Amino acid sequence: MDPLRQSPSPCSSRPSSPKTPPCEIHGYVGIEDVLDQVKIKAMKMGFEFNIMVVGQSGLGKSTMVSTLFKSKVWKCTLPGLGMPIPQTLQLKSVTHVIEEKGVKLKLTVTDTPGFGDQINNDKCWDPILGYINEQYERYLQEEILITRQRHIPDTRVHCCVYFVPPTGHCLRPLDIELLQRLCRTVNVVPVIARADSLTLEEREAFRRRIQHNLRTHCIEVYPQKCFDEDINDRILNSKIRDRIPFAVVGSDQEYLVNGRCVLGRKTKWGIIEGPRVGKPTTRKQTDLEIKSLLAAGRTQASYLTLWASVSSQ
Amino acid sequence: MSTGLRYKSKLATPGEPGACPRARARLCPRRPPASHRVFPSLPRTPARTRTPTRPRPRRGQAGESGLGKSTLVHSLFLTDLYKDRKLLSAEERISQTVEILKHTVDIEEKGVKLKLTIVDTPGFGDAVNNSECWKPITDYVDQQFEQYFRDESGLNRKNIQDNRVHCCLYFISPFGHGLRPVDVGFMKALHEKVNIVPLIAKADCLVPSEIRKLKERIREEIDKFGIHVYQFPECDSDEDEDFKQQDRELKESAPFAVIGSNTVVEAKGQRVRGRLYPWGIVEVENQAHCDFVKLRNMLIRTHMHDLKDVTCDVHYENYRAHCIQQMTSKLTQDSRMESPIPILPLPTPDAETEKLIRMKDEELRRMQEMLQKMKQQMQDQ
Repeated sequence: MDPLRQSPSPCSSRPSSPKTPPCEIHGYVGIEDVLDQVKIKAMKMGFEFNIMVVGQSGLGKSTMVSTLFKSKVWKCTLPGLGMPIPQTLQLKSVTHVIEEKGVKLKLTVTDTPGFGDQINNDKCWDPILGYINEQYERYLQEEILITRQRHIPDTRVHCCVYFVPPTGHCLRPLDIELLQRLCRTVNVVPVIARADSLTLEEREAFRRRIQHNLRTHCIEVYPQKCFDEDINDRILNSKIRDRIPFAVVGSDQEYLVNGRCVLGRKTKWGIIEGPRVGKPTTRKQTDLEIKSLLAAGRTQASYLTLWASVSSQ
Repeated sequence: MSTGLRYKSKLATPGEPGACPRARARLCPRRPPASHRVFPSLPRTPARTRTPTRPRPRRGQAGESGLGKSTLVHSLFLTDLYKDRKLLSAEERISQTVEILKHTVDIEEKGVKLKLTIVDTPGFGDAVNNSECWKPITDYVDQQFEQYFRDESGLNRKNIQDNRVHCCLYFISPFGHGLRPVDVGFMKALHEKVNIVPLIAKADCLVPSEIRKLKERIREEIDKFGIHVYQFPECDSDEDEDFKQQDRELKESAPFAVIGSNTVVEAKGQRVRGRLYPWGIVEVENQAHCDFVKLRNMLIRTHMHDLKDVTCDVHYENYRAHCIQQMTSKLTQDSRMESPIPILPLPTPDAETEKLIRMKDEELRRMQEMLQKMKQQMQDQ
């Protein structure tokens, strides 16, 4: 049984229904040891995380994914670099198993080279939506079998990171068209790509404008308001929502800065620092790192409710 | 102007003998002898060129929005042409088509006046479907040529206003891996009509090795797609080594990687035009940071006249030849008598000019009749 499965009813994912009155216990029972059992099982089974990166070529999608997971996700030459722009949108998936302190994560990254690069980008979002729906269909087919597998391999896209080019103005018509369609089907996390080309003031102004555009066009990005479970969630999520879209910079080069080894970009006027190499990122992170993707991984439960509402249509 | 150096813009006049459309006047800046007073920031063209009218270059710029075109113009000419500009919101952008916006400013420096016109193209490359998004721009360039053609063939030819586009700054996005299909489409549509100077916009987001690779890639793709961008003229062989070295460096830095800035920041105790980042300050006028200074020198101080000359001698002549060819083929189709004056589809002229045209026509006919009679007489004899 999937330890993270929650009740499929939307907007109410509490383990116990509010109608059941709580029962008092006299003395220590040891219920909390269930957590250890869950942990052992989870460690054995591992987690799955499927992420899709969407954006025009050259916005640093592949570099960002490698920076985020601190490993060379794309083993062969980076797609797009030195290769001609593909004529039609192609989807490329690569799967890795990353392990940290005994916890295994099966990470699948789907790239979309050729998106938004043509002269006429009409309906360039169709292959992406087709792919996402295909994964849902596959899972549904497995689920409705009479004798189904104990653990259905989950290839559904859990998170779609959309890279907005750092123009500094506002969302473009192509961005809006895609986001409107995507946010109804998948968790979308928009990010401002290559944010090292914007000064702090420009970045803030750009962020506010994008937030305004998202509100005007009713685009609900992750974390969606309706999936906030309780007050703590709401507080955490509103902090995240205030910072969306995140302004990110990716890098695969290491530099020594003040005695620390960091991933960064070295220019003639300074070094843009990314995350530290070889150290867990437990300290408070700046705008240059994506925090929410880790949060997205934790709240797979919210994702399941979204999927349930889609599959019932 | 009371100095030894005066400037002339060499306008091609129709029917000039030996005017070969592909030959270009070689104008290279030469260091004038010490006795001449020199304007430090004006093009140092040889003393043989003089102009009665003030120079009026016209520049177009194109590239997707958000690439820093307006900021660069501000940095280049140190004027704020876009003070009251209102950025379009996302909803407005959806229904927008490519617009052509003209801003004209009169700049004066040390007694030399420059009438500068900047033509901006907001909306270019912004839509979902960008097929033929360069059509409004090609139409505009053609329109200016046509206007000039008419003025040249008209009656009052002394004060022709030159509204032709002398230079097109094309901003290539630094985020791509070279030229995008839109870039190639645009440049192929305009390379025979206007001098295209490709630039890498927002170069502060690239590290030096990335800039090098991108420049090489763009140069390769320009060759591969057969795009004719503006070529810097060759130096004369009698130039000194310094100058030849400068010229070589200029040619090797193309396409220029530029950064623009509207703000002045404090760096190393000096106030410079630049961008303030948490990790350092980018100085726009620092040659180690970007090619802005090279672009400015090229555009204003050394190659302004050459750009205008190439526009007059090459692009305009091509347009004119094409236009005349079309007209003559139309004429032979209509089987009308050929007249020495090119018959243009003129707009409805006013009564006075019509009268004058009629008078001239009559005169010409009379002269032709006289010539015929004389020929006949000679044949009879």
